[in-house]
Amino acid sequence: MSDKKIRVVIAKPGLDGHDRGAKVIARALRDAGMEIIYTGLRQTPEQIVTTAIQEDADAVGISVLSGAHQFYFKRVIDLLKEKNASDILVFGGGVIPEDDIPGLLDMGAGAIFGPGTPTSTAIEWLEKAVPART
Amino acid sequence: MGDTEYKAAKATYEKSVSKTLQKNAERRAKFTTGGGIPLERLYDPDSGAERDYARDIGFPGEYPFTRGVQPTMFRGRFWTMRQYAGFATAEESNERYRYLLERGTTGLSVAFDLPTQIGYDTDHHMAAGECGKVGVAIDSLADMEVLFDRIPLDKVSTSMTINAPAAVLLAMYICVGEKQGVSAGNLSGTIQNDILKEYMARGTYIFPPQPSMRLITDIFDFCGREVPKWNTISISGYHIREAGSTAVQEVAFTLADGIAYAEAARKKGLKPDEFGERLSFFFNAHNDFLEEVAKYRAARRLWARIMKERFGATNPKAQMLRFHTQTAGCTLTAQQPENNIIRVTLQALAAVMGGTQSLHTNSMDEALALPTERSVEIALRTQQIVAYESGVTNTVDPFAGSYVVEKLTDEIEAGAMEYIEKIDGMGGMLAAIEKGFPQKQIQDAAYEYQKSVESGDTTVVGVNRFQTKEAASNRKLLRVDASVEQRQIEKLKKLREGRDNVAVKERLESIRKEARDENTNLMPLILDAVRVYATEGEICGVLREEFGEYVENIVL
Repeated sequence: MSDKKIRVVIAKPGLDGHDRGAKVIARALRDAGMEIIYTGLRQTPEQIVTTAIQEDADAVGISVLSGAHQFYFKRVIDLLKEKNASDILVFGGGVIPEDDIPGLLDMGAGAIFGPGTPTSTAIEWLEKAVPART
Repeated sequence: MGDTEYKAAKATYEKSVSKTLQKNAERRAKFTTGGGIPLERLYDPDSGAERDYARDIGFPGEYPFTRGVQPTMFRGRFWTMRQYAGFATAEESNERYRYLLERGTTGLSVAFDLPTQIGYDTDHHMAAGECGKVGVAIDSLADMEVLFDRIPLDKVSTSMTINAPAAVLLAMYICVGEKQGVSAGNLSGTIQNDILKEYMARGTYIFPPQPSMRLITDIFDFCGREVPKWNTISISGYHIREAGSTAVQEVAFTLADGIAYAEAARKKGLKPDEFGERLSFFFNAHNDFLEEVAKYRAARRLWARIMKERFGATNPKAQMLRFHTQTAGCTLTAQQPENNIIRVTLQALAAVMGGTQSLHTNSMDEALALPTERSVEIALRTQQIVAYESGVTNTVDPFAGSYVVEKLTDEIEAGAMEYIEKIDGMGGMLAAIEKGFPQKQIQDAAYEYQKSVESGDTTVVGVNRFQTKEAASNRKLLRVDASVEQRQIEKLKKLREGRDNVAVKERLESIRKEARDENTNLMPLILDAVRVYATEGEICGVLREEFGEYVENIVL
């Protein structure tokens, strides 16, 4: 494993303004030694994917609390494929019913962290999944 | 007990405490409220020596309103039981409102979907995927007519959680009233209309601060003349708290926002004694019971002092802080969701003990999705049990004189005042938001809380202690499927084909022209446009072109 820091884009797609979770996870990942690019609110899937590619991100974390998770995860994952950037891992969290998680994983999301997940779980997952990917 | 006896008794008590501590340590080295205010082992008459009953507490319905805004409070009438609801299209939401009214809810509270809240029609590309998800989709007056079908607007009061486009939705409501034969003067309700907390914590802004403040004061001015029973703003701490703030920060930033609105209104030439009557507030009901009860009392006292001392209001109605409360969504857990019923009960009780004017109780499934009818019914029944069975409503402000609650009331007021002075020093709330000050304070508190849950210092039942293996998947959740979006887009297309498009264009252009003149009140022009079925997105679109859009100040 190289010393290169894990680079993660944390994104808020669409119109949802709930950014507490996104910001908390961004800070926790940063405190764990990762490099974090936080997009801010109102990002289109196109903008998120462009940012992830330009920033040479290892992973992109999506936070959705509006119920529109299926729509946004699908768009981001499809666009990454289109741009030959499927090596960028997609993960996320928010107000997401458990029953929806298998569908999101089938779509190509690497992990979904529901309400109440400790930030350490996401950190551990990224520390394993990012090196395993290459 | 005389002073000497009291001192002797206290000395004896302290000795017995030392003895007890030698045998058994207390559960923690330090006790604090949820918001981090240190808590003593015991409060007693020494704890409030400097407090003056007449000056600092007073009687219910009297300045500084610490004990409540009415003389008889819940002995007269209960708070308004107002459940925030809305999803999918106007048809489905109308059905939910009538369901709630049939079950004894006493006021409506409309949740709009995100495109509506941000001024996009459902067919706008930014709206894709969001139609009807977090609330009802309203594109035009035609939707609003369906939303309030068979609901007489002179009989219910309606609260609308709408901020940046508040003028447009209020105009639609007024037009529905007209069609029902109810004049604007007989409408009662509230629009949230609080843009500052959108920049700070909630995120559904559209325009930059200056034109946003203009729209807000246009509404104050228009309603003062035309819709006198309407609460023109609901200055909201709720979302600040949900974003992670402490109780003190919630009070401080909310009242600092209130000061900014009052200053803007005064600058426009409006009188504090007049617009002050129509300002309303909205607070969170969080877990720490005693701190929450004290919080409402402190907010009431501090606002009364601000209106009197800073704005010179002499009208008691302009000094009183009237507020709505919602239980804290951020305390709901996805794990063992039935436990949320108990959390909501305690939070609702705190709001009632704090003297709320209206209350929304959250449903147990809201950490996962919008609530089902069944869980909404339980949430409403929770309020009814507090009101009708608990007995706490039969005497006014029962916690007054409690050594600890009075002490916490003082401390929360002092802590909030300290923040307000700091914000004044920065040049007011708008300047503070530009600097990212409240945002950073809120985030730091949110992050500290998260760390404290992960270290186990803070216990969340079912999440970091007392977990059980759950069979989750048989829970029934409310789903809003993608066909809702298609149906809404179809409706919109038909509307655009069927209306008088020449009139629409004309009226949109007059909004554009007058948007450039700060001295014109835009409300009458927006009403004219709404009447001919100009859509919300069209009206906000013209204003976007004229005013520009707010760009988030990202603070991490």
